[in-house]
Amino acid sequence: MSLAFDDYGRPYIILREQGSKKRMKGLEAYKSNILAAKAIANTLSSSLGPKGMDKMLVSPDGDVSVTNDGATIVEKMEIQHPTAKLLVELSQSQDAEIGDGTTGVVVLAGKLLEQALTLLDKGIHPLKISDGFDRACDVAIKHLETISEEIDIQANEHEALIQAACTALGSKVVSKRKRELGKIAVTAVLDVADLNRKDVNLDLIKIQTKTGGSVEDTRLISGILIDKDMSHPQMVKEVNDAKICLLTCPFEPPKPKTKHNINISSAEDYKKLYQQEQQYFVDMVKLVKDSGANIALCQWGFDDEANHLLLQNNLPAVRWVSGTDVELIAMATGARIIPRFQEITPEKLGKAGSVKEVQFGTSNERMLVIENCQCTKAVTILIRGGSQMIVDEAKRSIHDAICVIRNLIKDNRIVYGGGSAELACAIQVLQYADEVSSVEQYAIRSFADALEGIPSCLADNCGLNPITSVAQAKARQLQENNHRIGIDCMELGTTDMKEQRIYETLSSKKQQIQLATQVVKMILKIDDVIAPDDY
Amino acid sequence: MDIVGNVLPQVLKDEATEDKGEMARLQSFVGAIAVADLVKTTLGPKGMDKILKPTGPGQEMTHITVTNDGATILKSMYVENPAAKILIEISKTQDEEVGDGTTTVAVLAGELLREGEKLIQKRIHPQQVIAGWRIARDVALKRLRDISTENDIESQEFHNDLIKIAKTTLSSKLITTDRDYFADLCVKAVLRLKGSSNLDYIQIIKIPGGTIRDSYLDDGFILKKQITIGCKRRIENAKILVANTAMDYDKIKIYGTKVKVNSMDKVAEIEAAEKEKMKHKVDKILQYQPTVFVNRQLIYNYPEQLLADAGITVIEHADFEGMERVAAATGAEILSTFDAPERRDQILGNCELIEEIMIGEEKMIKFSGCKKNEACTIVLRGSSIHILDEVDRSIHDVLCVLITTVKNRRVVWGGGNSEMQMAAACDEEAKRVQGKQALAIEAYARALRQLPTIICDNGGYDSAELVQNFKVELEKGNLSYGLNMNDGSIGDMKELGVKECMRVKEQALLAASEAAELIMRVDDIVKCAPRKRERA
Repeated sequence: MSLAFDDYGRPYIILREQGSKKRMKGLEAYKSNILAAKAIANTLSSSLGPKGMDKMLVSPDGDVSVTNDGATIVEKMEIQHPTAKLLVELSQSQDAEIGDGTTGVVVLAGKLLEQALTLLDKGIHPLKISDGFDRACDVAIKHLETISEEIDIQANEHEALIQAACTALGSKVVSKRKRELGKIAVTAVLDVADLNRKDVNLDLIKIQTKTGGSVEDTRLISGILIDKDMSHPQMVKEVNDAKICLLTCPFEPPKPKTKHNINISSAEDYKKLYQQEQQYFVDMVKLVKDSGANIALCQWGFDDEANHLLLQNNLPAVRWVSGTDVELIAMATGARIIPRFQEITPEKLGKAGSVKEVQFGTSNERMLVIENCQCTKAVTILIRGGSQMIVDEAKRSIHDAICVIRNLIKDNRIVYGGGSAELACAIQVLQYADEVSSVEQYAIRSFADALEGIPSCLADNCGLNPITSVAQAKARQLQENNHRIGIDCMELGTTDMKEQRIYETLSSKKQQIQLATQVVKMILKIDDVIAPDDY
Repeated sequence: MDIVGNVLPQVLKDEATEDKGEMARLQSFVGAIAVADLVKTTLGPKGMDKILKPTGPGQEMTHITVTNDGATILKSMYVENPAAKILIEISKTQDEEVGDGTTTVAVLAGELLREGEKLIQKRIHPQQVIAGWRIARDVALKRLRDISTENDIESQEFHNDLIKIAKTTLSSKLITTDRDYFADLCVKAVLRLKGSSNLDYIQIIKIPGGTIRDSYLDDGFILKKQITIGCKRRIENAKILVANTAMDYDKIKIYGTKVKVNSMDKVAEIEAAEKEKMKHKVDKILQYQPTVFVNRQLIYNYPEQLLADAGITVIEHADFEGMERVAAATGAEILSTFDAPERRDQILGNCELIEEIMIGEEKMIKFSGCKKNEACTIVLRGSSIHILDEVDRSIHDVLCVLITTVKNRRVVWGGGNSEMQMAAACDEEAKRVQGKQALAIEAYARALRQLPTIICDNGGYDSAELVQNFKVELEKGNLSYGLNMNDGSIGDMKELGVKECMRVKEQALLAASEAAELIMRVDDIVKCAPRKRERA
């Protein structure tokens, strides 16, 4: 009740404007929250696994995207329900932290909430449920670590990495070319990886898309590709042994930030100013040329006259290079970004083996490739495909694969996929449940059921009978004491995930279970929702 | 509400909708097939055209387009169905990548989905269908590459191939009656590029009047501009200076300048200085000793007069593309500053003759006998601007195909031959594959056969009979047979000389399969609330 009575029996209002607010309390609030969150999880669940389906999303402006990536789906769905939004954030934090498994984490949260709902119906207090989930989660994580295996990422030409990338790519529309794309991703990551520090700077991998061709034509360019061409059509199209001058100032007369007026009051002033202006251009080009640079990349525009002077001085130049590209080029070529013409010195130039213009298709679009950079090896993955939707989805898929490989370089422990890790944890959690003598026992048992939900969902998506296949896999895990038994999604005839080579990173799995549990706990703590009525 | 009657909380925003499973799939199929059906009547030599009418106040009757080009039709359509949008997108990509086959790609994707829908009704899982399609696509692609032939780029055969390809492409267009003439014209234009693929250097000028037959390829290069009044109309052995510089009042570019004076005398002084500056610039230009001066920007009367006085022919306001072409044709450098007269020889462009000519009612400038003969001009004539636009699109398609062929060099027989051969390859493969995928492979073959079927239907022939006979001929080993759309029979393409560019077919096959797969994989469509627009 938002209405209370004082000592004299007069009513007073606790919640202002309560008439215009919607309020839900207690069990009703729990259930409504859980149902909303479950609706999201249900949408995503059919995207899980190698045979998962895609979602088609139409933006407010009518643009279409087709994707299988959990984080992208929930981001573009325009979800307004407050608890459902928690799941969106869940998926996004998995994306930010790990980069892969964004669908799985939401599906797991959905399964947990489903279990919570039945427990609530049994009359178990939400906090007991969340305590139970918490304890079960700890057990599951510990067990994950014990069953994880270290792999040798170097062995056999990085075969393990390629397999892990293939697992990540297997569920996407590009799955047909997963091996090729996986190799591209692995090569790209290894090219830029710092294996001593076990770290990968993903900024050094640029993913550029270009419609046309097909996904097979996707290739790795050991250099930087920028979507720009030379500023003057008659400049040379190829520079070898390039010395790159990277500028963030325009080839234009300076514009002081202070507001000012220059008054021309006589003909001499006019002439002087004109000469000065002409001199600016000559000086600018001279400064660049004198430093020994043979190509100039500029973040800003060029005046026509400056542009021509550059051409006359045999100095090919590129204008309007985007800020991120400028930074990338600086990193790769060892160039210092030069903010003023006066500060150009030979040491600040970057070096690259070659800079050249390449052309695509009939519509005469040109791009610039910078290869054999002096410092780090920045690489570009050029994605091709029959339509914008395909290349966009391929870009997201390759990003996932790259993240997986990076995670493996950081931490080379893996668990097996195909739902086998979840099943193994479920068995462990179930055993633990029997040892707990309080109400939490039920919650812990439900947690195990929720974990089983993942393989069952996988089986469902592959057209297998979920109950039979999960039961079989579980029984075999127990009988053979083999935690690698999962669901045979690809119908390869074996359920041993080691033979199928379905690798997932330990860090991703751990993160999935932990994040999902956390969000579920949070949702279970909400017992009162107050919101404006009219949303 | 869910099945048991619980009221579900609203999760998405108002007006946002979500369709799942069957509903989502139904929507995709309906949309994609509708788009394919729309453009399929334009396919083939007997295909029909469409009139595109723009919407919006005041322009209902203006800017009408009559066209047969798939990409143009699809681009101008406003569709809301997301699957239909994917088809439009692949058609656009096809246009950018190879320039032709834009209808084929949309129709093939549509036919694949039509077959896919039937399979789904038979309770075959979409992923199984996709698995089958993937096998089929690889087989088809392999067959396509196997049956293609390659000729040396310099050889006469290759030249003949190009002409045949141009004719085949033209046969489905408006100018099909004059296709021999135009095929020759386009091939000549493309060969002038000498292997470069920069279409910008082929300029197409459209002038209403005359008949289509009056169109011609000009050896020289035609600029759609006039020579300024008071200059010579005919210059032999011209030295051309191409510039991109301000010749109006040439303002000072230093930021924040402003003229502020206290007497009229000063104004006059500054005016004189300004004039002086312009004169100075002209003097510098004169140091190059050009006979013709082409500027991208406007030229005011004063500098124009100065230049004319020096006996220089002035062409002003050439747009950027025109200027680039002049530069390419004459080998000139585009100047913006004029301080290096010693490099005169590199900078100035040469051509034997510049003259003002009249085409129809319009005056143009023709550059003939240029130093670098890369740029050329196709002058199109026709009775109305709608026809000219359509001819322009057709010629563009042909040029794109030819350039693609020059790059790739592989050719296949036309008349539906490649589609039928690919279909046959799929059928053979289907016999060897175990499992449900085989059904999808057969479906793929059927979709491929739909293309010749539609071409027959559009021609008003008995498609079922023709396609079956066609199949039999191929089975007999007559591998160069195809549809003869002139008399509705099956004929030897070798005799008819119908060839097509392999790259166009390849791209259409790849893009259509990718799009069909993309649409097939969808089981859920979420539409966000449309953005509210303030109506002005």
